[in-house]
Amino acid sequence: MQVVYLARLREAFGTSGERLPLHGATEDTLTVADILAALASRGGVYATELAAGRAVRVAVNHALVARDARVHAGDEVALLPPVTGG
Amino acid sequence: MPMAVRIQTSDFDVERELAALRDGDARVGAVVTFVGTVREVNDDARVTQMTLEHYPGMTEQALEGIVVKAKGRFDIYDALVIHRVGPLAPTDQIVLVAVTSAHRGEAFDACRFIIDYLKTEAPFWKKEETPEGARWVDARTSDDEAVARWTATESTRSKA
Repeated sequence: MQVVYLARLREAFGTSGERLPLHGATEDTLTVADILAALASRGGVYATELAAGRAVRVAVNHALVARDARVHAGDEVALLPPVTGG
Repeated sequence: MPMAVRIQTSDFDVERELAALRDGDARVGAVVTFVGTVREVNDDARVTQMTLEHYPGMTEQALEGIVVKAKGRFDIYDALVIHRVGPLAPTDQIVLVAVTSAHRGEAFDACRFIIDYLKTEAPFWKKEETPEGARWVDARTSDDEAVARWTATESTRSKA
Protein backbone atom coordinates (compact mmCIF):
# COMPACT_ATOMS: atom_id res chain seq x y z
CA MET A 1 0.00 0.00 0.00
CA GLN A 2 1.24 3.47 -0.88
CA VAL A 3 0.76 6.27 1.66
CA VAL A 4 0.90 9.88 0.44
CA TYR A 5 1.55 12.91 2.66
CA LEU A 6 0.41 16.31 1.44
CA ALA A 7 1.19 19.96 2.17
CA ARG A 8 1.88 20.57 5.88
CA LEU A 9 2.06 16.83 6.61
CA ARG A 10 4.64 16.27 3.86
CA GLU A 11 6.83 18.97 5.40
CA ALA A 12 6.33 17.71 8.96
CA PHE A 13 7.21 14.10 8.03
CA GLY A 14 9.98 15.14 5.64
CA THR A 15 8.71 12.89 2.87
CA SER A 16 5.96 12.91 0.25
CA GLY A 17 5.06 9.31 1.00
CA GLU A 18 6.14 5.74 1.57
CA ARG A 19 5.18 2.15 0.97
CA LEU A 20 3.66 0.61 4.06
CA PRO A 21 3.75 -3.14 4.56
CA LEU A 22 0.43 -4.57 5.69
CA HIS A 23 2.11 -6.29 8.67
CA GLY A 24 0.21 -9.50 8.30
CA ALA A 25 -3.13 -7.75 8.68
CA THR A 26 -5.68 -9.61 6.67
CA GLU A 27 -6.98 -7.74 3.68
CA ASP A 28 -10.56 -7.77 4.81
CA THR A 29 -10.05 -6.18 8.21
CA LEU A 30 -7.55 -3.35 7.70
CA THR A 31 -9.11 0.12 8.05
CA VAL A 32 -7.98 3.72 7.68
CA ALA A 33 -8.06 4.01 11.47
CA ASP A 34 -5.57 1.09 11.75
CA ILE A 35 -3.14 2.83 9.41
CA LEU A 36 -3.38 6.14 11.28
CA ALA A 37 -2.83 4.33 14.59
CA ALA A 38 0.20 2.50 13.20
CA LEU A 39 1.74 5.75 11.97
CA ALA A 40 0.99 7.63 15.20
CA SER A 41 2.64 4.83 17.21
CA ARG A 42 5.96 5.87 15.68
CA GLY A 43 5.86 8.83 18.06
CA GLY A 44 7.49 12.20 17.35
CA VAL A 45 5.91 14.32 14.63
CA TYR A 46 3.74 11.38 13.57
CA ALA A 47 2.15 11.22 17.02
CA THR A 48 1.76 15.01 17.14
CA GLU A 49 0.28 15.47 13.67
CA LEU A 50 -2.00 12.44 13.85
CA ALA A 51 -3.16 12.91 17.44
CA ALA A 52 -6.88 12.58 18.07
CA GLY A 53 -8.57 15.89 17.39
CA ARG A 54 -6.13 16.98 14.68
CA ALA A 55 -8.04 17.75 11.53
CA VAL A 56 -6.60 15.20 9.12
CA ARG A 57 -8.74 13.79 6.34
CA VAL A 58 -8.00 10.61 4.47
CA ALA A 59 -8.53 9.76 0.81
CA VAL A 60 -8.31 6.20 -0.50
CA ASN A 61 -7.67 6.03 -4.24
CA HIS A 62 -8.55 9.75 -4.54
CA ALA A 63 -11.89 9.62 -2.73
CA LEU A 64 -12.43 11.03 0.78
CA VAL A 65 -13.38 8.28 3.19
CA ALA A 66 -14.31 7.83 6.85
CA ARG A 67 -12.00 6.28 9.44
CA ASP A 68 -13.73 2.90 9.27
CA ALA A 69 -13.19 2.54 5.50
CA ARG A 70 -11.38 -0.64 4.44
CA VAL A 71 -7.94 -0.47 2.87
CA HIS A 72 -6.47 -3.11 0.57
CA ALA A 73 -3.04 -3.94 -0.83
CA GLY A 74 -2.33 -1.71 -3.81
CA ASP A 75 -4.49 1.17 -2.54
CA GLU A 76 -3.20 4.73 -2.43
CA VAL A 77 -3.95 6.20 0.98
CA ALA A 78 -3.47 9.98 1.23
CA LEU A 79 -3.34 12.04 4.42
CA LEU A 80 -4.71 15.55 3.85
CA PRO A 81 -4.54 18.58 6.12
CA PRO A 82 -7.65 20.83 5.97
CA VAL A 83 -7.90 22.17 2.42
CA THR A 84 -7.48 25.88 1.68
CA GLY A 85 -8.03 26.35 -2.06
CA GLY A 86 -10.22 28.83 -3.91
CA MET B 1 -17.91 20.69 -25.09
CA PRO B 2 -14.91 22.28 -23.32
CA MET B 3 -13.29 20.49 -20.39
CA ALA B 4 -15.34 21.40 -17.31
CA VAL B 5 -12.34 21.33 -14.95
CA ARG B 6 -8.76 22.53 -15.40
CA ILE B 7 -5.74 22.78 -13.11
CA GLN B 8 -2.96 24.97 -14.48
CA THR B 9 0.02 27.11 -13.51
CA SER B 10 -0.68 29.73 -16.17
CA ASP B 11 -3.14 32.61 -15.84
CA PHE B 12 -6.57 32.50 -17.49
CA ASP B 13 -8.42 35.01 -19.65
CA VAL B 14 -11.95 35.29 -18.22
CA GLU B 15 -13.46 36.75 -21.37
CA ARG B 16 -12.07 34.01 -23.59
CA GLU B 17 -13.14 31.30 -21.16
CA LEU B 18 -16.68 32.69 -21.00
CA ALA B 19 -16.94 32.84 -24.78
CA ALA B 20 -15.86 29.18 -24.99
CA LEU B 21 -18.30 28.18 -22.24
CA ARG B 22 -21.24 29.97 -23.87
CA ASP B 23 -20.21 28.57 -27.25
CA GLY B 24 -22.87 30.58 -29.07
CA ASP B 25 -25.64 28.71 -27.26
CA ALA B 26 -28.75 30.91 -27.62
CA ARG B 27 -30.58 29.05 -24.82
CA VAL B 28 -28.22 30.77 -22.37
CA GLY B 29 -29.75 33.80 -20.66
CA ALA B 30 -27.43 34.09 -17.68
CA VAL B 31 -23.70 33.71 -17.10
CA VAL B 32 -22.43 33.99 -13.53
CA THR B 33 -18.72 34.00 -12.75
CA PHE B 34 -16.68 33.98 -9.57
CA VAL B 35 -13.01 34.95 -9.72
CA GLY B 36 -10.86 34.45 -6.63
CA THR B 37 -7.69 36.55 -6.36
CA VAL B 38 -4.67 36.77 -4.05
CA ARG B 39 -5.08 39.32 -1.23
CA GLU B 40 -2.05 41.25 -0.02
CA VAL B 41 -3.14 40.91 3.60
CA ASN B 42 -4.39 37.67 5.17
CA ASP B 43 -4.97 37.15 8.91
CA ASP B 44 -3.22 40.45 9.67
CA ALA B 45 0.00 39.55 7.88
CA ARG B 46 1.36 40.99 4.64
CA VAL B 47 1.55 38.31 1.98
CA THR B 48 4.42 38.78 -0.45
CA GLN B 49 3.88 35.56 -2.36
CA MET B 50 2.05 32.27 -2.05
CA THR B 51 2.40 28.80 -3.43
CA LEU B 52 -0.62 26.68 -4.23
CA GLU B 53 -0.17 22.95 -3.96
CA HIS B 54 -2.64 20.24 -4.90
CA TYR B 55 -3.00 16.47 -5.05
CA PRO B 56 -2.84 15.56 -8.75
CA GLY B 57 -5.38 12.96 -9.70
CA MET B 58 -7.68 13.56 -6.77
CA THR B 59 -8.08 17.27 -7.49
CA GLU B 60 -9.57 16.75 -10.93
CA GLN B 61 -11.85 13.99 -9.63
CA ALA B 62 -13.04 16.11 -6.70
CA LEU B 63 -13.80 19.15 -8.89
CA GLU B 64 -15.58 17.06 -11.51
CA GLY B 65 -17.66 15.52 -8.73
CA ILE B 66 -18.66 18.98 -7.48
CA VAL B 67 -19.64 20.11 -10.99
CA VAL B 68 -21.72 16.95 -11.49
CA LYS B 69 -23.45 17.59 -8.14
CA ALA B 70 -24.20 21.20 -9.16
CA LYS B 71 -25.61 20.08 -12.50
CA GLY B 72 -27.85 17.57 -10.75
CA ARG B 73 -29.11 20.10 -8.24
CA PHE B 74 -29.54 23.27 -10.29
CA ASP B 75 -31.13 23.90 -13.66
CA ILE B 76 -27.95 24.98 -15.45
CA TYR B 77 -26.52 24.28 -18.89
CA ASP B 78 -22.81 24.17 -18.24
CA ALA B 79 -20.10 24.95 -15.73
CA LEU B 80 -16.37 25.59 -15.83
CA VAL B 81 -13.79 25.51 -13.04
CA ILE B 82 -10.19 26.64 -13.52
CA HIS B 83 -7.83 26.57 -10.54
CA ARG B 84 -4.22 27.71 -10.67
CA VAL B 85 -1.36 26.06 -8.80
CA GLY B 86 2.28 27.01 -8.21
CA PRO B 87 3.66 30.42 -7.21
CA LEU B 88 1.20 33.35 -7.12
CA ALA B 89 1.50 37.00 -6.06
CA PRO B 90 -1.01 39.52 -4.67
CA THR B 91 -3.63 40.57 -7.28
CA ASP B 92 -3.10 37.34 -9.28
CA GLN B 93 -6.18 35.37 -10.27
CA ILE B 94 -6.42 32.02 -8.45
CA VAL B 95 -9.71 30.45 -9.42
CA LEU B 96 -12.54 30.86 -11.91
CA VAL B 97 -16.00 29.36 -11.55
CA ALA B 98 -18.42 30.09 -14.39
CA VAL B 99 -21.95 28.82 -14.87
CA THR B 100 -24.47 29.24 -17.68
CA SER B 101 -28.24 28.84 -17.39
CA ALA B 102 -31.47 30.19 -18.79
CA HIS B 103 -32.10 32.45 -15.78
CA ARG B 104 -29.93 34.19 -13.22
CA GLY B 105 -31.24 32.56 -10.05
CA GLU B 106 -30.01 29.05 -10.81
CA ALA B 107 -26.72 30.37 -12.21
CA PHE B 108 -25.98 32.42 -9.06
CA ASP B 109 -26.87 29.51 -6.78
CA ALA B 110 -24.87 26.95 -8.76
CA CYS B 111 -21.81 29.22 -8.94
CA ARG B 112 -21.86 29.76 -5.19
CA PHE B 113 -22.48 26.05 -4.53
CA ILE B 114 -19.42 25.10 -6.61
CA ILE B 115 -17.03 27.57 -4.98
CA ASP B 116 -18.34 26.72 -1.49
CA TYR B 117 -17.72 23.00 -2.02
CA LEU B 118 -14.39 23.64 -3.75
CA LYS B 119 -13.18 25.45 -0.65
CA THR B 120 -13.94 22.54 1.67
CA GLU B 121 -13.52 19.42 -0.50
CA ALA B 122 -10.98 20.04 -3.26
CA PRO B 123 -7.40 19.14 -2.25
CA PHE B 124 -5.64 22.49 -2.60
CA TRP B 125 -3.35 24.08 -0.01
CA LYS B 126 -1.98 27.61 0.20
CA LYS B 127 1.40 28.39 1.67
CA GLU B 128 1.98 32.09 2.20
CA GLU B 129 5.27 33.96 2.33
CA THR B 130 5.09 36.78 4.88
CA PRO B 131 7.77 39.01 6.42
CA GLU B 132 7.61 36.67 9.47
CA GLY B 133 8.27 33.60 7.33
CA ALA B 134 6.33 31.00 5.37
CA ARG B 135 3.14 29.49 6.78
CA TRP B 136 0.44 27.09 5.66
CA VAL B 137 -2.93 28.82 5.58
CA ASP B 138 -5.44 27.54 8.14
CA ALA B 139 -8.83 26.34 7.03
CA ARG B 140 -11.67 28.69 8.01
CA THR B 141 -14.70 27.53 9.93
CA SER B 142 -16.71 30.04 7.87
CA ASP B 143 -15.98 27.82 4.84
CA ASP B 144 -17.50 24.80 6.59
CA GLU B 145 -20.49 26.93 7.54
CA ALA B 146 -20.92 27.96 3.90
CA VAL B 147 -21.20 24.33 2.86
CA ALA B 148 -23.41 23.47 5.85
CA ARG B 149 -25.91 25.97 4.45
CA TRP B 150 -26.19 23.86 1.26
CA THR B 151 -26.47 20.55 3.09
CA ALA B 152 -29.16 22.08 5.32
CA THR B 153 -31.25 23.11 2.33
CA GLU B 154 -30.65 19.65 0.86
CA SER B 155 -32.24 17.92 3.83
CA THR B 156 -35.10 20.43 3.78
CA ARG B 157 -35.58 19.62 0.10
CA SER B 158 -35.54 15.87 0.61
CA LYS B 159 -38.12 16.19 3.38
CA ALA B 160 -40.40 18.27 1.19
